[in-house]
Amino acid sequence: MRFARGFARFWWDFIVGDDWRIAAGVVTVLAAGALLVADTSAPDGVVAALVAVGIVAVAIGSIVASALRDRPR
Amino acid sequence: MTSDAVGVVAATTLASGVEFVEALTIVLAMGTTRGWRSTLIGVGAALAALAVITALAGYALRSWLPEALLQLIVGSLLLIFGLQWLRKAILRAAGLKALHDEEDAFREEVQAARAAGEERRLGLDWFAFVVSFKGVFLEGLEIVFIVITFGLNADSIALATVGAAIGGVIVLAAGLALHKPLARVPENTIKFVVGLLLSTFGTFWAIEGLGWFGPDDASLRWPGGDAALLVLLAAWCALAWATVRLLAPRARQEVA
Repeated sequence: MRFARGFARFWWDFIVGDDWRIAAGVVTVLAAGALLVADTSAPDGVVAALVAVGIVAVAIGSIVASALRDRPR
Repeated sequence: MTSDAVGVVAATTLASGVEFVEALTIVLAMGTTRGWRSTLIGVGAALAALAVITALAGYALRSWLPEALLQLIVGSLLLIFGLQWLRKAILRAAGLKALHDEEDAFREEVQAARAAGEERRLGLDWFAFVVSFKGVFLEGLEIVFIVITFGLNADSIALATVGAAIGGVIVLAAGLALHKPLARVPENTIKFVVGLLLSTFGTFWAIEGLGWFGPDDASLRWPGGDAALLVLLAAWCALAWATVRLLAPRARQEVA
C-alpha cells in the first residue's frame, strides 16, 4: 500500500508538478475541443484556433495565480 | 531537415543538457567525497535503466495506440510538462522565484555525503551508489519523457535520442574537464527555451490528436500544416515576453 501511494505520488509530482491548475485547465480545454470535434462539423482550423486560445488562457491564468501567490526572491 | 526534426533535436539537446547539469552536480559531489567507483557504477546502472524504459515505453506506445490517440496523449502530457517549465522560467525571469544555484546544491550534496555513515553492499559504497543512481535516474526520467514524446510524434525516437545524447555528452565533457559543477550555465534561459519548445509542440500535437474524436479517427489538420508550429512558437514567445514585462516591476516594487 505504501509502495502504491509512493508510486502514485511520484507520477503526480512528475507530471502535474506544483501547479495542478495547468493540468486541470489543459484537460478541460482539450475535453471541450473533443466535444467540438465529436458533436459539430466545425472546420479543423476553427477548432484548432479555439482550443489554442483556451490553452493560452490556461497558461496566463496559472502564471498570474502563481505571481499573486509567490513572494519575490 | 523538417521543422519537426529541427524542433526534436533542439528540444531534446537543450532539455537533456539542462537536466544533466543537475545530475552532474550530484555525481561530482558523490565522486569527490565518497570515491568514483561506486558513484560511476550508480551512474551506469541508472543510464541502463533509462535506456530500457525508453525502448519499452516507446515500443509499447507505438504498437498499441492509433496515431491520432497517440498524438493526443503524448501531446497533452508534453503540453502540461512544457507549461510547468515555462511558468517557472517566467516567474524566475521576472524575479518572483529564486534561481537554481548549482554551487549551493553541490555544497548541500557534499555535506550530506560527508555526514553519511559507511555501509557496504555488493562490494559498493552503498550511499554513493544509491545517491548517484537516484540523481541520474530521476533527472534522466524527464529526458526520457521528452525523448519518447518528441520521438513518437515526429516518428523518430532515434533522432530524439541523438539530440539527448548530444546534450549529455556536452555537459559531461565540460563537467569532467572543469571537475566542478557547471554553475555558469544559463540554466533558466535554457529552461525558458525548452519550456517554449515543449509548449509549442505540445499544443500542436495535442490539438492534432483531437481528430481521434471525429468520425474518421484521423488527426486534425492545422491551417498551413507544419508552418503553424512557427505561429505557435511566436505566440508562446510573445506571451512569455509580455508576462515577464508585466510581472518584473511588481517583483521590484515588493522587494523595495
